[in-house]
Amino acid sequence: MNTASAARVPFEPWNDPKAKPYIRIVNVTKTFGDFVAVDNMNLDIYQREFFSLLGPSGCGKTTLLRMLAGFERPTSGRIELDGVDMSTVPPYERPVNMMFQSYALFPHMTVEENIAFGLRQDGVPKEERNRRVEEMLTLVQLTKFGKRKPHQLSGGQRQRVALARSLVKKPKMLLLDEPLGALDKKLREQTQFELMNIQEQVGITFVIVTHDQEEAMTVSSRIAVMNHGRIAQVATPTEIYEYPNSRYVAEFIGDVNVFEGRLSDVAPDHVVITSAEAGTQVYVDRGTSAALGATVWVAVRPEKLDVSLTAPEQPDFNCVKGTVWDIGYLGNLTIYHVRLADGKKVTAAVANRTRLRDRPITWNDEVYLSWAADSAVVLVS
Amino acid sequence: MTKGLTKINLVALTFGFAFLYVPILILVFFSFNESRLVNVWGGFSVKWYGELFQNEDLLQAAWISLLLAAAASTLSVILGTVAGFVMARFTSFRGRTLFSGMIYAPLVMPEVITGLSLLLLFVSIDWGRGLGTMIIAHTSFCMSYVAVVVQSRLVSFDRSIEEAAQDLGATPFKTFFVITLPVIAPALVSGWLLSFTLSLDNVVITSFTSGPGWDTLPVKIFSAVKLGVKPEINALSTIMIAIVAIGVVTASIVQKRAMVERQRAERMAAAAND
Ligand SMILES: Nc1ncnc2c1ncn2[C@@H]1O[C@H](COP(=O)(O)OP(=O)(O)OP(=O)(O)O)[C@@H](O)[C@H]1O
Ligand SMILES: [Mg+2]
Repeated sequence: MNTASAARVPFEPWNDPKAKPYIRIVNVTKTFGDFVAVDNMNLDIYQREFFSLLGPSGCGKTTLLRMLAGFERPTSGRIELDGVDMSTVPPYERPVNMMFQSYALFPHMTVEENIAFGLRQDGVPKEERNRRVEEMLTLVQLTKFGKRKPHQLSGGQRQRVALARSLVKKPKMLLLDEPLGALDKKLREQTQFELMNIQEQVGITFVIVTHDQEEAMTVSSRIAVMNHGRIAQVATPTEIYEYPNSRYVAEFIGDVNVFEGRLSDVAPDHVVITSAEAGTQVYVDRGTSAALGATVWVAVRPEKLDVSLTAPEQPDFNCVKGTVWDIGYLGNLTIYHVRLADGKKVTAAVANRTRLRDRPITWNDEVYLSWAADSAVVLVS
Repeated sequence: MTKGLTKINLVALTFGFAFLYVPILILVFFSFNESRLVNVWGGFSVKWYGELFQNEDLLQAAWISLLLAAAASTLSVILGTVAGFVMARFTSFRGRTLFSGMIYAPLVMPEVITGLSLLLLFVSIDWGRGLGTMIIAHTSFCMSYVAVVVQSRLVSFDRSIEEAAQDLGATPFKTFFVITLPVIAPALVSGWLLSFTLSLDNVVITSFTSGPGWDTLPVKIFSAVKLGVKPEINALSTIMIAIVAIGVVTASIVQKRAMVERQRAERMAAAAND
């Protein structure tokens, strides 16, 4: 992995007009009775991607995954895998494997038999089967546990068996439904990196469902943020975080301060927003699609804010004044909750580069919060 | 929590157990009676056991009983599993309520009525009564029990393991045999055992549907007792009690061992992970 990363070419097939999508989800809708679980969705996923579906509970992530696996039929629209329409292909004939949220290990079979199950269905000869099972056990570091039954394993071990079982057939695509949900934080972080390593080794396209945004940020090549059966935004983790396309996405991923305002100056390379809510003018060094005078929102991440007791050099732009209302100490960061004159609360996160006693800001201090022209994002919806 | 036995508890317990077990103990006791009179103790002897094994008639009846119970419970497990599966899996089809009601009905139907209606059926289609009709009759009431056991097992069944099997390439048909059936096998075994015991001691339905020469053991005992209790019958009953007791105790020991083993393995696995 390290040698590869030394000369790594950026992996961005979605920016390459010549690249062919591996999975195409075209106008897919899924309804249960009157309820629309997936609403006219269009999505392209490329080979070898580590693609995350992120969204609040009930937004249709599992439903989408189950349609990819073949357990649910789209009500309308179609799903193509490697150029083949999958609509009428039953789950047992799809070159797709799924790792279930509950792991779904076969309780009456040993770890080895569980992993061998898929190969057995394909009639893989015994020697090759044993060899591949052995390979998988090595990959997930469970060689000593092959003869155990699932109930004799810990949660983390079971999860690795489930992963091995779904990888052993070398599917074209692996679907993972909240694979790490049952693990504690430390094990989860460790496993995230293991998953990324494995994905790099086997080169299979991963589609992973999660509602842990940190997990999605860590592992993904791209993230689709979903909302009520629709896709709110598809982009790389950095883009999603730095340039969310809507208030929904901005607020879903991480913490953010949002000010409402009116566009008072529009140019191709910058805009100015007059915000009564913030009590300041906001200068953003990127253009926008909205017209002069339109109502827009400015989003600034807490860690992009500078907190100081003295006014910055240019107090007319990108600077708000308020009173420190609460301070949260997180070890690496200190979170300042500041109340503006009109009562709006703003959060700033400051890295603790110095020790506590060297930082003079305390409760009820008057502070200035300021940010750079490239730190804020203009949101039109 | 750790309250000992108070006097009242002790008395209640003694009476309760006495009520349940004194008749059985008396029966066992008198099966070792030297005397032919059932209520007069004439010294210890096992001669009635010896005589029992000379009694071709009873041995024949015992053989019929076992054959019948084995056949009927096997058939019941097959049919009951299918019915239980349908009830657990197809939760909304037209007439489901009627269907499930009809499956449960034999559980509460008076045996006389079941027996009589089966008799009428066999007579009307002119089917000579014998082992065949008895197997059908016993299956018809045992399969309801199996259906109930299987249904309740399937309700708590994790469907995702079936989906996992299909995801890995097994057809739904194959999935049923290699995943579903093995996992619910304990329910099938207990359904089979339940049917076996129900069939083994059934008198009413058997009397309606058996033909001449096909008397089962309970029917035989029942008619013999009408002419007065013989010590041989006591001996026979004692053997039956012993068989049932050994069966029940073995089953519960096996089950308990499996559970303890499983818990131990789970604890070890949890510890190994930390
Ligand atoms: N078989 C079904 N019948 C009826 N409604 C369903 C069915 N499956 C899912 N739904 C509904 O569709 C919606 C989306 O469900 P889905 O399981 O895809 O959510 P999710 O995004 O995976 O949520 P979570 O994060 O909680 O797992 C939910 O409101 C759910 O109630
Ligand atoms: Mg889900």
